[in-house]
Amino acid sequence: MLSFQKWRRSESAQGLFLISPTLGFALLLLAVPLIMVAALSFWTQDYLTLDRTFTTANYVTAWTEPMYQYLMARSLKISIFVTAATVFLAYPVAYFISFHVAPKRKAMWIFLITIPFWTSYLMRIFLWKVILGYNGVINGSLTGLGIIDEPLSFILYNQNAVVLTLAHAWVPFAILPIFVALERVDRSLIEAAEDLGDSGLRRFLRVTLPLSMPGVIAATIIVFIPTIGDYVTPRLVGGPNGLMISNMIELQFKKANNAPLGAALAISAMGIVTFFALAFLWLNRRYVRGPS
Amino acid sequence: MRGKSRFFNWFIGFFLLFLYAPAILLPVFAFNASSIVSFPLTGFTTEWFSVLLTNGTLHVAARNSLLIAITTAIFSTLLAVLAARASTRFSFFGRRSIMGFVMLPMVLPEIIIGVSLLVVIIQMGFELSLWSITMGHILICTPFCIAILSSAFMNLDKSLEEASFDLGQTRWNTFWLVIFPLVMPGIVASLLIAFTISLDEFIIAFFLAGTEPTLPVYIWGQLRFPAKLPSLMALGTVLLFVSIGLLLIADYFRRRGIRKTGIENTGGFL
Repeated sequence: MLSFQKWRRSESAQGLFLISPTLGFALLLLAVPLIMVAALSFWTQDYLTLDRTFTTANYVTAWTEPMYQYLMARSLKISIFVTAATVFLAYPVAYFISFHVAPKRKAMWIFLITIPFWTSYLMRIFLWKVILGYNGVINGSLTGLGIIDEPLSFILYNQNAVVLTLAHAWVPFAILPIFVALERVDRSLIEAAEDLGDSGLRRFLRVTLPLSMPGVIAATIIVFIPTIGDYVTPRLVGGPNGLMISNMIELQFKKANNAPLGAALAISAMGIVTFFALAFLWLNRRYVRGPS
Repeated sequence: MRGKSRFFNWFIGFFLLFLYAPAILLPVFAFNASSIVSFPLTGFTTEWFSVLLTNGTLHVAARNSLLIAITTAIFSTLLAVLAARASTRFSFFGRRSIMGFVMLPMVLPEIIIGVSLLVVIIQMGFELSLWSITMGHILICTPFCIAILSSAFMNLDKSLEEASFDLGQTRWNTFWLVIFPLVMPGIVASLLIAFTISLDEFIIAFFLAGTEPTLPVYIWGQLRFPAKLPSLMALGTVLLFVSIGLLLIADYFRRRGIRKTGIENTGGFL
Protein backbone atom coordinates (compact mmCIF):
# COMPACT_ATOMS: atom_id res chain seq x y z
CA MET A 1 0.00 0.00 0.00
CA LEU A 2 2.83 2.32 0.93
CA SER A 3 4.60 1.64 -2.35
CA PHE A 4 1.38 2.40 -4.21
CA GLN A 5 1.12 5.73 -2.39
CA LYS A 6 4.68 6.45 -3.34
CA TRP A 7 4.06 5.44 -6.95
CA ARG A 8 1.02 7.68 -7.10
CA ARG A 9 3.16 10.71 -6.51
CA SER A 10 5.90 9.63 -8.92
CA GLU A 11 6.46 11.28 -12.28
CA SER A 12 5.33 8.19 -14.13
CA ALA A 13 1.96 8.10 -12.38
CA GLN A 14 1.36 11.82 -12.82
CA GLY A 15 2.12 11.59 -16.50
CA LEU A 16 -0.11 8.56 -17.00
CA PHE A 17 -2.91 10.18 -15.00
CA LEU A 18 -2.68 13.35 -17.08
CA ILE A 19 -2.72 11.57 -20.42
CA SER A 20 -5.41 9.03 -19.47
CA PRO A 21 -8.42 10.95 -20.88
CA THR A 22 -6.73 11.40 -24.26
CA LEU A 23 -5.54 7.81 -24.29
CA GLY A 24 -8.97 6.58 -23.19
CA PHE A 25 -10.65 8.53 -25.96
CA ALA A 26 -8.26 7.12 -28.56
CA LEU A 27 -8.71 3.58 -27.23
CA LEU A 28 -12.49 3.90 -27.31
CA LEU A 29 -12.78 5.58 -30.70
CA LEU A 30 -9.76 4.19 -32.52
CA ALA A 31 -8.62 0.87 -31.07
CA VAL A 32 -12.07 -0.58 -30.35
CA PRO A 33 -13.49 0.42 -33.76
CA LEU A 34 -10.44 -0.98 -35.57
CA ILE A 35 -10.79 -4.27 -33.69
CA MET A 36 -14.48 -4.38 -34.59
CA VAL A 37 -13.70 -3.81 -38.27
CA ALA A 38 -11.21 -6.66 -38.07
CA ALA A 39 -13.88 -8.89 -36.47
CA LEU A 40 -16.49 -7.84 -39.01
CA SER A 41 -14.19 -8.82 -41.88
CA PHE A 42 -14.44 -12.45 -40.71
CA TRP A 43 -18.25 -12.43 -40.64
CA THR A 44 -20.80 -12.47 -43.43
CA GLN A 45 -23.83 -10.37 -44.15
CA ASP A 46 -27.00 -11.33 -45.94
CA TYR A 47 -28.93 -8.17 -46.67
CA LEU A 48 -29.48 -6.90 -43.11
CA THR A 49 -28.73 -9.95 -40.96
CA LEU A 50 -25.19 -10.47 -39.80
CA ASP A 51 -23.89 -14.01 -39.55
CA ARG A 52 -21.25 -14.15 -36.84
CA THR A 53 -19.67 -17.48 -37.74
CA PHE A 54 -15.98 -17.19 -38.44
CA THR A 55 -15.06 -17.36 -42.10
CA THR A 56 -12.20 -16.21 -44.30
CA ALA A 57 -14.48 -16.06 -47.33
CA ASN A 58 -14.32 -12.25 -47.54
CA TYR A 59 -10.54 -12.32 -47.70
CA VAL A 60 -10.62 -15.06 -50.32
CA THR A 61 -12.95 -12.86 -52.40
CA ALA A 62 -10.87 -9.74 -51.78
CA TRP A 63 -7.63 -11.42 -52.82
CA THR A 64 -8.77 -13.66 -55.70
CA GLU A 65 -11.54 -11.80 -57.52
CA PRO A 66 -9.82 -10.17 -60.54
CA MET A 67 -11.72 -6.88 -60.12
CA TYR A 68 -10.47 -6.38 -56.57
CA GLN A 69 -6.96 -7.49 -57.44
CA TYR A 70 -6.97 -5.04 -60.29
CA LEU A 71 -8.30 -2.15 -58.20
CA MET A 72 -5.81 -2.88 -55.43
CA ALA A 73 -2.87 -2.97 -57.84
CA ARG A 74 -4.04 0.25 -59.48
CA SER A 75 -4.48 2.01 -56.15
CA LEU A 76 -1.01 0.95 -55.09
CA LYS A 77 0.43 2.15 -58.39
CA ILE A 78 -1.34 5.52 -58.12
CA SER A 79 -0.21 5.93 -54.50
CA ILE A 80 3.40 5.19 -55.44
CA PHE A 81 3.28 7.66 -58.34
CA VAL A 82 1.66 10.31 -56.14
CA THR A 83 4.29 9.80 -53.45
CA ALA A 84 7.17 9.96 -55.92
CA ALA A 85 5.75 13.04 -57.67
CA THR A 86 5.07 14.76 -54.35
CA VAL A 87 8.49 14.11 -52.86
CA PHE A 88 10.36 15.10 -56.05
CA LEU A 89 8.31 18.29 -56.24
CA ALA A 90 8.64 19.02 -52.53
CA TYR A 91 12.40 18.55 -52.14
CA PRO A 92 13.54 21.48 -54.32
CA VAL A 93 10.93 23.73 -52.70
CA ALA A 94 12.01 22.75 -49.19
CA TYR A 95 15.65 23.18 -50.27
CA PHE A 96 14.89 26.60 -51.68
CA ILE A 97 13.21 27.76 -48.48
CA SER A 98 15.92 26.34 -46.26
CA PHE A 99 18.98 27.49 -48.25
CA HIS A 100 17.92 30.42 -50.42
CA VAL A 101 15.40 32.31 -48.31
CA ALA A 102 16.51 34.82 -45.69
CA PRO A 103 16.00 33.37 -42.17
CA LYS A 104 13.52 36.12 -41.29
CA ARG A 105 11.31 35.23 -44.26
CA LYS A 106 11.26 31.46 -43.74
CA ALA A 107 8.18 31.44 -41.51
CA MET A 108 6.30 33.52 -44.07
CA TRP A 109 7.23 31.10 -46.85
CA ILE A 110 6.08 28.09 -44.85
CA PHE A 111 2.81 29.88 -44.19
CA LEU A 112 2.49 30.65 -47.91
CA ILE A 113 2.95 26.97 -48.74
CA THR A 114 0.32 25.80 -46.25
CA ILE A 115 -2.47 28.24 -47.18
CA PRO A 116 -3.82 26.33 -50.23
CA PHE A 117 -4.15 23.25 -48.04
CA TRP A 118 -6.76 25.07 -45.97
CA THR A 119 -9.02 25.88 -48.90
CA SER A 120 -12.09 23.69 -49.19
CA TYR A 121 -11.01 20.16 -50.01
CA LEU A 122 -13.95 19.40 -52.31
CA MET A 123 -13.73 22.71 -54.15
CA ARG A 124 -10.01 22.24 -54.69
CA ILE A 125 -10.55 18.87 -56.37
CA PHE A 126 -13.47 20.21 -58.36
CA LEU A 127 -11.42 23.13 -59.61
CA TRP A 128 -8.80 20.74 -60.96
CA LYS A 129 -11.62 19.29 -63.00
CA VAL A 130 -12.30 22.78 -64.32
CA ILE A 131 -8.62 23.37 -65.02
CA LEU A 132 -7.98 20.05 -66.77
CA GLY A 133 -11.36 19.62 -68.51
CA TYR A 134 -12.15 19.40 -72.22
CA ASN A 135 -13.13 23.10 -72.26
CA GLY A 136 -10.97 23.80 -69.26
CA VAL A 137 -8.36 26.37 -68.45
CA ILE A 138 -5.40 24.51 -69.93
CA ASN A 139 -7.12 23.39 -73.11
CA GLY A 140 -8.79 26.77 -73.50
CA SER A 141 -5.55 28.73 -73.27
CA LEU A 142 -3.57 26.26 -75.42
CA THR A 143 -6.14 26.36 -78.24
CA GLY A 144 -6.50 30.11 -77.78
CA LEU A 145 -2.78 30.55 -78.25
CA GLY A 146 -2.90 28.30 -81.30
CA ILE A 147 -0.52 25.76 -79.82
CA ILE A 148 -2.95 22.89 -80.27
CA ASP A 149 -5.95 22.42 -82.56
CA GLU A 150 -7.87 19.74 -80.66
CA PRO A 151 -8.32 19.90 -76.88
CA LEU A 152 -6.02 17.48 -75.05
CA SER A 153 -8.03 14.56 -73.72
CA PHE A 154 -5.31 12.73 -71.80
CA ILE A 155 -5.32 15.17 -68.89
CA LEU A 156 -8.77 14.57 -67.35
CA TYR A 157 -10.76 11.50 -66.33
CA ASN A 158 -7.80 9.19 -66.04
CA GLN A 159 -5.04 8.21 -63.68
CA ASN A 160 -2.81 11.16 -64.63
CA ALA A 161 -5.46 13.52 -63.35
CA VAL A 162 -5.76 11.56 -60.10
CA VAL A 163 -1.99 11.64 -59.57
CA LEU A 164 -1.80 15.37 -60.32
CA THR A 165 -4.71 16.30 -58.06
CA LEU A 166 -3.50 14.14 -55.17
CA ALA A 167 0.06 15.44 -55.52
CA HIS A 168 -1.33 18.96 -55.29
CA ALA A 169 -3.25 18.08 -52.14
CA TRP A 170 -0.32 16.43 -50.37
CA VAL A 171 2.68 18.52 -51.36
CA PRO A 172 2.58 20.83 -48.30
CA PHE A 173 2.72 17.73 -46.08
CA ALA A 174 5.86 16.60 -47.88
CA ILE A 175 7.56 20.00 -47.85
CA LEU A 176 7.30 20.47 -44.09
CA PRO A 177 9.23 17.39 -42.86
CA ILE A 178 11.89 17.81 -45.58
CA PHE A 179 12.25 21.48 -44.65
CA VAL A 180 12.65 20.61 -40.97
CA ALA A 181 15.32 18.00 -41.84
CA LEU A 182 17.17 20.46 -44.08
CA GLU A 183 17.11 23.11 -41.37
CA ARG A 184 18.87 20.65 -39.06
CA VAL A 185 21.71 20.04 -41.53
CA ASP A 186 24.82 21.51 -39.98
CA ARG A 187 25.99 24.16 -42.44
CA SER A 188 29.60 23.80 -41.32
CA LEU A 189 29.65 20.25 -42.72
CA ILE A 190 28.81 21.62 -46.16
CA GLU A 191 31.53 24.24 -45.81
CA ALA A 192 33.97 21.51 -44.79
CA ALA A 193 33.10 19.54 -47.93
CA GLU A 194 33.64 22.69 -49.98
CA ASP A 195 37.04 23.29 -48.36
CA LEU A 196 37.98 19.70 -49.14
CA GLY A 197 37.29 20.36 -52.81
CA ASP A 198 33.88 18.82 -53.42
CA SER A 199 31.85 20.41 -56.21
CA GLY A 200 28.33 21.72 -55.61
CA LEU A 201 26.66 18.57 -56.85
CA ARG A 202 28.97 16.28 -54.87
CA ARG A 203 28.43 18.36 -51.74
CA PHE A 204 24.72 17.93 -52.20
CA LEU A 205 24.86 14.20 -52.89
CA ARG A 206 27.36 13.36 -50.17
CA VAL A 207 26.38 15.75 -47.37
CA THR A 208 23.04 17.52 -47.74
CA LEU A 209 20.96 14.72 -49.24
CA PRO A 210 22.02 11.93 -46.83
CA LEU A 211 21.56 14.23 -43.84
CA SER A 212 18.07 15.23 -44.99
CA MET A 213 16.97 11.64 -45.66
CA PRO A 214 14.96 11.40 -42.40
CA GLY A 215 12.74 14.20 -43.72
CA VAL A 216 12.36 12.49 -47.10
CA ILE A 217 11.40 9.24 -45.39
CA ALA A 218 8.88 10.99 -43.15
CA ALA A 219 7.40 12.77 -46.18
CA THR A 220 7.12 9.50 -48.08
CA ILE A 221 5.25 7.78 -45.26
CA ILE A 222 3.00 10.79 -44.55
CA VAL A 223 1.93 10.95 -48.20
CA PHE A 224 1.89 7.28 -49.17
CA ILE A 225 -0.34 5.81 -46.46
CA PRO A 226 -3.27 8.27 -46.48
CA THR A 227 -3.32 8.55 -50.29
CA ILE A 228 -4.71 5.04 -50.64
CA GLY A 229 -7.76 6.10 -48.63
CA ASP A 230 -8.95 8.94 -50.85
CA TYR A 231 -12.16 8.22 -52.69
CA VAL A 232 -13.23 11.75 -53.63
CA THR A 233 -10.38 12.56 -56.01
CA PRO A 234 -10.80 9.36 -58.09
CA ARG A 235 -14.56 9.92 -58.19
CA LEU A 236 -14.31 13.51 -59.41
CA VAL A 237 -11.33 13.51 -61.77
CA GLY A 238 -10.52 9.81 -62.27
CA GLY A 239 -13.19 8.75 -64.74
CA PRO A 240 -14.04 5.04 -65.01
CA ASN A 241 -10.40 3.98 -65.35
CA GLY A 242 -9.17 6.07 -62.45
CA LEU A 243 -11.23 4.58 -59.63
CA MET A 244 -9.35 3.23 -56.64
CA ILE A 245 -9.88 0.63 -53.93
CA SER A 246 -11.42 3.21 -51.58
CA ASN A 247 -14.26 3.75 -54.04
CA MET A 248 -14.95 0.01 -53.80
CA ILE A 249 -14.77 0.08 -49.98
CA GLU A 250 -17.20 2.97 -49.91
CA LEU A 251 -19.50 1.13 -52.34
CA GLN A 252 -19.51 -2.03 -50.21
CA PHE A 253 -20.32 -0.12 -47.04
CA LYS A 254 -23.00 2.05 -48.58
CA LYS A 255 -24.84 0.98 -51.73
CA ALA A 256 -23.78 -2.66 -52.04
CA ASN A 257 -24.61 -3.24 -48.36
CA ASN A 258 -21.85 -5.80 -47.87
CA ALA A 259 -19.98 -4.31 -44.90
CA PRO A 260 -17.96 -7.49 -44.13
CA LEU A 261 -16.45 -7.54 -47.62
CA GLY A 262 -15.83 -3.79 -47.35
CA ALA A 263 -14.07 -4.41 -44.02
CA ALA A 264 -11.93 -7.17 -45.54
CA LEU A 265 -10.99 -4.87 -48.43
CA ALA A 266 -10.15 -2.03 -46.04
CA ILE A 267 -7.99 -4.25 -43.83
CA SER A 268 -6.27 -5.78 -46.88
CA ALA A 269 -5.53 -2.33 -48.29
CA MET A 270 -4.14 -1.18 -44.95
CA GLY A 271 -2.06 -4.34 -44.69
CA ILE A 272 -0.58 -3.91 -48.15
CA VAL A 273 0.19 -0.24 -47.59
CA THR A 274 1.78 -0.94 -44.22
CA PHE A 275 3.85 -3.73 -45.77
CA PHE A 276 5.14 -1.40 -48.49
CA ALA A 277 5.85 1.37 -45.99
CA LEU A 278 7.82 -1.02 -43.76
CA ALA A 279 9.69 -2.45 -46.75
CA PHE A 280 10.60 1.09 -47.76
CA LEU A 281 11.86 1.89 -44.26
CA TRP A 282 13.87 -1.34 -44.18
CA LEU A 283 15.46 -0.65 -47.58
CA ASN A 284 16.40 2.79 -46.41
CA ARG A 285 18.02 1.53 -43.27
CA ARG A 286 19.84 -1.12 -45.27
CA TYR A 287 21.11 0.88 -48.23
CA VAL A 288 21.02 4.57 -47.36
CA ARG A 289 23.30 5.52 -44.54
CA GLY A 290 21.85 8.43 -42.70
CA PRO A 291 23.41 10.09 -39.68
CA SER A 292 24.13 7.56 -36.99
CA MET B 1 25.75 29.99 -58.95
CA ARG B 2 23.71 32.49 -60.97
CA GLY B 3 22.34 29.89 -63.39
CA LYS B 4 21.39 27.74 -60.46
CA SER B 5 19.41 30.43 -58.67
CA ARG B 6 17.64 31.35 -61.91
CA PHE B 7 16.56 27.73 -62.29
CA PHE B 8 15.28 27.86 -58.71
CA ASN B 9 13.31 31.03 -59.30
CA TRP B 10 11.59 29.52 -62.32
CA PHE B 11 10.88 26.32 -60.51
CA ILE B 12 9.46 28.08 -57.47
CA GLY B 13 7.39 30.36 -59.68
CA PHE B 14 5.81 27.41 -61.47
CA PHE B 15 5.34 25.58 -58.22
CA LEU B 16 3.48 28.49 -56.62
CA LEU B 17 1.29 28.79 -59.72
CA PHE B 18 0.49 25.07 -59.48
CA LEU B 19 -0.14 25.33 -55.74
CA TYR B 20 -2.37 28.40 -55.95
CA ALA B 21 -4.19 27.65 -59.22
CA PRO B 22 -7.42 26.39 -57.59
CA ALA B 23 -7.40 29.08 -54.88
CA ILE B 24 -7.05 31.82 -57.52
CA LEU B 25 -9.69 30.41 -59.86
CA LEU B 26 -12.28 30.01 -57.12
CA PRO B 27 -13.03 33.75 -56.64
CA VAL B 28 -12.61 34.35 -60.39
CA PHE B 29 -15.51 32.03 -61.21
CA ALA B 30 -17.51 33.18 -58.18
CA PHE B 31 -17.71 36.69 -59.66
CA ASN B 32 -18.13 35.54 -63.27
CA ALA B 33 -21.54 36.34 -64.76
CA SER B 34 -21.82 33.14 -66.83
CA SER B 35 -23.76 30.26 -65.32
CA ILE B 36 -21.22 27.83 -66.81
CA VAL B 37 -17.99 27.44 -64.88
CA SER B 38 -15.45 27.81 -67.70
CA PHE B 39 -13.45 30.35 -69.66
CA PRO B 40 -13.84 32.84 -71.30
CA LEU B 41 -15.20 35.06 -68.55
CA THR B 42 -18.35 36.95 -69.46
CA GLY B 43 -18.69 39.73 -66.92
CA PHE B 44 -18.78 40.71 -63.27
CA THR B 45 -21.66 39.77 -60.96
CA THR B 46 -22.36 39.30 -57.27
CA GLU B 47 -25.53 37.37 -58.06
CA TRP B 48 -24.06 34.02 -56.94
CA PHE B 49 -23.34 35.44 -53.51
CA SER B 50 -26.88 36.74 -53.07
CA VAL B 51 -28.20 33.29 -54.01
CA LEU B 52 -26.37 31.97 -50.95
CA LEU B 53 -28.24 34.32 -48.64
CA THR B 54 -31.66 32.85 -49.43
CA ASN B 55 -30.75 29.14 -49.51
CA GLY B 56 -32.39 27.51 -46.45
CA THR B 57 -30.79 24.04 -46.80
CA LEU B 58 -27.40 25.67 -47.02
CA HIS B 59 -28.02 27.61 -43.81
CA VAL B 60 -28.98 24.45 -41.95
CA ALA B 61 -25.85 22.69 -43.23
CA ALA B 62 -23.71 25.68 -42.25
CA ARG B 63 -25.22 25.72 -38.76
CA ASN B 64 -24.55 21.99 -38.35
CA SER B 65 -20.95 22.45 -39.47
CA LEU B 66 -20.42 25.37 -37.10
CA LEU B 67 -21.82 23.39 -34.17
CA ILE B 68 -19.59 20.42 -34.97
CA ALA B 69 -16.53 22.60 -35.55
CA ILE B 70 -16.94 24.50 -32.27
CA THR B 71 -17.49 21.33 -30.23
CA THR B 72 -14.56 19.64 -31.97
CA ALA B 73 -12.28 22.61 -31.36
CA ILE B 74 -13.04 22.66 -27.63
CA PHE B 75 -12.78 18.93 -26.97
CA SER B 76 -9.76 18.18 -29.13
CA THR B 77 -7.90 21.10 -27.59
CA LEU B 78 -8.76 19.87 -24.09
CA LEU B 79 -7.55 16.35 -24.89
CA ALA B 80 -4.47 17.75 -26.61
CA VAL B 81 -3.57 20.01 -23.64
CA LEU B 82 -3.54 16.96 -21.38
CA ALA B 83 -1.47 14.88 -23.79
CA ALA B 84 0.96 17.67 -24.65
CA ARG B 85 1.50 18.57 -21.00
CA ALA B 86 1.95 14.93 -19.97
CA SER B 87 4.40 14.13 -22.74
CA THR B 88 6.54 17.26 -22.39
CA ARG B 89 6.66 17.52 -18.60
CA PHE B 90 6.63 13.94 -17.32
CA SER B 91 8.43 10.80 -18.33
CA PHE B 92 6.17 7.84 -17.80
CA PHE B 93 5.93 4.18 -18.68
CA GLY B 94 5.24 3.64 -22.39
CA ARG B 95 5.28 7.35 -23.23
CA ARG B 96 6.56 6.90 -26.75
CA SER B 97 4.10 4.18 -27.71
CA ILE B 98 1.15 5.95 -26.07
CA MET B 99 1.97 9.17 -27.93
CA GLY B 100 2.48 7.23 -31.15
CA PHE B 101 -0.93 5.66 -30.75
CA VAL B 102 -2.67 8.96 -29.96
CA MET B 103 -1.00 10.58 -33.00
CA LEU B 104 -1.93 7.66 -35.29
CA PRO B 105 -5.04 9.29 -36.86
CA MET B 106 -2.67 11.79 -38.52
CA VAL B 107 -1.30 9.12 -40.88
CA LEU B 108 -4.25 6.71 -40.98
CA PRO B 109 -6.33 7.02 -44.18
CA GLU B 110 -9.50 8.88 -43.26
CA ILE B 111 -11.64 6.25 -44.93
CA ILE B 112 -10.40 3.71 -42.36
CA ILE B 113 -11.48 6.01 -39.51
CA GLY B 114 -14.82 6.67 -41.18
CA VAL B 115 -15.47 2.99 -41.82
CA SER B 116 -14.46 1.83 -38.36
CA LEU B 117 -16.59 4.43 -36.57
CA LEU B 118 -19.51 3.57 -38.84
CA VAL B 119 -19.17 -0.11 -37.94
CA VAL B 120 -19.12 0.62 -34.20
CA ILE B 121 -22.09 2.96 -34.33
CA ILE B 122 -24.19 0.49 -36.29
CA GLN B 123 -23.13 -2.52 -34.22
CA MET B 124 -23.90 -0.70 -30.98
CA GLY B 125 -27.30 0.22 -32.35
CA PHE B 126 -26.76 3.98 -32.17
CA GLU B 127 -28.21 6.38 -34.73
CA LEU B 128 -25.95 8.32 -37.07
CA SER B 129 -26.11 11.95 -36.04
CA LEU B 130 -24.12 15.13 -35.76
CA TRP B 131 -22.56 13.56 -32.66
CA SER B 132 -21.03 10.70 -34.62
CA ILE B 133 -19.38 13.19 -36.98
CA THR B 134 -18.17 15.25 -34.01
CA MET B 135 -16.54 12.18 -32.43
CA GLY B 136 -14.72 11.39 -35.67
CA HIS B 137 -13.56 14.97 -36.00
CA ILE B 138 -12.25 15.12 -32.43
CA LEU B 139 -10.28 11.96 -33.17
CA ILE B 140 -8.56 13.40 -36.27
CA CYS B 141 -8.08 16.93 -34.93
CA THR B 142 -6.48 15.95 -31.62
CA PRO B 143 -3.11 14.97 -33.19
CA PHE B 144 -2.87 18.35 -34.97
CA CYS B 145 -3.66 20.13 -31.70
CA ILE B 146 -1.08 18.02 -29.86
CA ALA B 147 1.55 18.95 -32.46
CA ILE B 148 0.87 22.66 -31.90
CA LEU B 149 0.56 22.46 -28.13
CA SER B 150 3.61 20.23 -27.67
CA SER B 151 5.83 22.97 -29.02
CA ALA B 152 4.06 25.49 -26.78
CA PHE B 153 4.59 23.32 -23.69
CA MET B 154 8.11 22.33 -24.69
CA ASN B 155 9.18 25.96 -24.82
CA LEU B 156 8.16 26.41 -21.18
CA ASP B 157 10.96 27.00 -18.74
CA LYS B 158 10.63 24.48 -15.94
CA SER B 159 12.27 26.88 -13.48
CA LEU B 160 9.27 29.24 -13.71
CA GLU B 161 7.10 26.47 -12.39
CA GLU B 162 9.61 25.61 -9.65
CA ALA B 163 9.78 29.25 -8.64
CA SER B 164 6.02 29.26 -8.23
CA PHE B 165 6.20 26.17 -5.99
CA ASP B 166 8.97 27.77 -3.95
CA LEU B 167 6.79 30.82 -3.45
CA GLY B 168 4.16 28.57 -1.93
CA GLN B 169 1.66 28.17 -4.75
CA THR B 170 -0.27 24.95 -5.14
CA ARG B 171 -0.05 22.81 -8.28
CA TRP B 172 -3.47 24.04 -9.41
CA ASN B 173 -2.63 27.73 -8.90
CA THR B 174 0.71 27.27 -10.61
CA PHE B 175 -1.03 25.91 -13.66
CA TRP B 176 -3.52 28.76 -13.88
CA LEU B 177 -1.20 31.59 -12.86
CA VAL B 178 2.05 30.58 -14.53
CA ILE B 179 1.68 27.88 -17.16
CA PHE B 180 -1.71 28.72 -18.65
CA PRO B 181 -0.93 32.36 -19.54
CA LEU B 182 2.29 31.25 -21.22
CA VAL B 183 0.67 28.55 -23.36
CA MET B 184 -2.50 30.58 -23.99
CA PRO B 185 -1.45 31.60 -27.54
CA GLY B 186 -0.83 27.93 -28.33
CA ILE B 187 -4.29 27.06 -27.05
CA VAL B 188 -5.92 29.71 -29.23
CA ALA B 189 -3.95 28.47 -32.25
CA SER B 190 -5.00 24.90 -31.48
CA LEU B 191 -8.69 25.88 -31.19
CA LEU B 192 -8.61 27.67 -34.52
CA ILE B 193 -6.77 24.87 -36.33
CA ALA B 194 -9.20 22.22 -35.07
CA PHE B 195 -12.12 24.46 -36.02
CA THR B 196 -10.77 24.95 -39.53
CA ILE B 197 -10.03 21.24 -40.10
CA SER B 198 -13.46 20.19 -38.85
CA LEU B 199 -15.29 22.81 -40.92
CA ASP B 200 -13.75 21.45 -44.11
CA GLU B 201 -13.64 17.72 -43.37
CA PHE B 202 -15.64 15.63 -45.84
CA ILE B 203 -14.56 11.98 -45.94
CA ILE B 204 -15.48 11.10 -42.35
CA ALA B 205 -18.54 13.36 -42.33
CA PHE B 206 -19.85 11.64 -45.47
CA PHE B 207 -19.58 8.22 -43.85
CA LEU B 208 -21.12 9.26 -40.55
CA ALA B 209 -23.74 11.75 -41.69
CA GLY B 210 -27.27 10.69 -40.92
CA THR B 211 -30.09 12.80 -42.23
CA GLU B 212 -28.45 16.09 -41.27
CA PRO B 213 -25.73 17.24 -43.68
CA THR B 214 -22.64 19.28 -42.86
CA LEU B 215 -21.42 21.97 -45.21
CA PRO B 216 -19.00 19.75 -47.19
CA VAL B 217 -21.63 16.97 -47.41
CA TYR B 218 -24.07 19.56 -48.77
CA ILE B 219 -21.47 20.76 -51.30
CA TRP B 220 -20.85 17.18 -52.41
CA GLY B 221 -24.55 16.70 -53.08
CA GLN B 222 -24.73 19.91 -55.12
CA LEU B 223 -21.66 19.20 -57.25
CA ARG B 224 -23.82 16.95 -59.45
CA PHE B 225 -26.01 19.84 -60.61
CA PRO B 226 -24.26 22.09 -63.17
CA ALA B 227 -26.73 24.90 -62.48
CA LYS B 228 -25.62 25.05 -58.84
CA LEU B 229 -21.91 25.32 -59.59
CA PRO B 230 -21.52 29.13 -59.73
CA SER B 231 -23.12 29.55 -56.32
CA LEU B 232 -20.88 26.76 -54.99
CA MET B 233 -17.92 28.79 -56.25
CA ALA B 234 -19.25 31.73 -54.29
CA LEU B 235 -19.65 29.54 -51.20
CA GLY B 236 -16.13 28.18 -51.68
CA THR B 237 -14.81 31.74 -51.91
CA VAL B 238 -16.50 32.68 -48.65
CA LEU B 239 -15.07 29.57 -46.96
CA LEU B 240 -11.63 30.30 -48.38
CA PHE B 241 -11.55 33.76 -46.85
CA VAL B 242 -12.95 32.54 -43.54
CA SER B 243 -10.23 29.86 -43.37
CA ILE B 244 -7.42 32.23 -44.30
CA GLY B 245 -8.69 34.76 -41.78
CA LEU B 246 -8.79 32.17 -39.01
CA LEU B 247 -5.33 30.92 -39.94
CA LEU B 248 -3.85 34.39 -39.91
CA ILE B 249 -5.30 34.88 -36.42
CA ALA B 250 -3.98 31.45 -35.35
CA ASP B 251 -0.54 32.27 -36.73
CA TYR B 252 -0.54 35.63 -34.95
CA PHE B 253 -1.22 33.88 -31.64
CA ARG B 254 1.37 31.20 -32.32
CA ARG B 255 4.01 33.87 -32.99
CA ARG B 256 3.02 35.77 -29.88
CA GLY B 257 3.41 32.58 -27.87
CA ILE B 258 6.86 32.06 -29.27
CA ARG B 259 7.82 35.64 -28.48
CA LYS B 260 6.56 35.27 -24.93
CA THR B 261 8.80 32.31 -24.24
CA GLY B 262 11.66 34.14 -25.93
CA ILE B 263 12.46 31.64 -28.67
CA GLU B 264 13.21 32.41 -32.28
CA ASN B 265 10.37 31.82 -34.73
CA THR B 266 11.38 29.06 -37.12
CA GLY B 267 8.35 27.78 -38.94
CA GLY B 268 4.64 27.50 -39.44
CA PHE B 269 2.07 24.99 -38.35
CA LEU B 270 2.24 21.22 -38.42
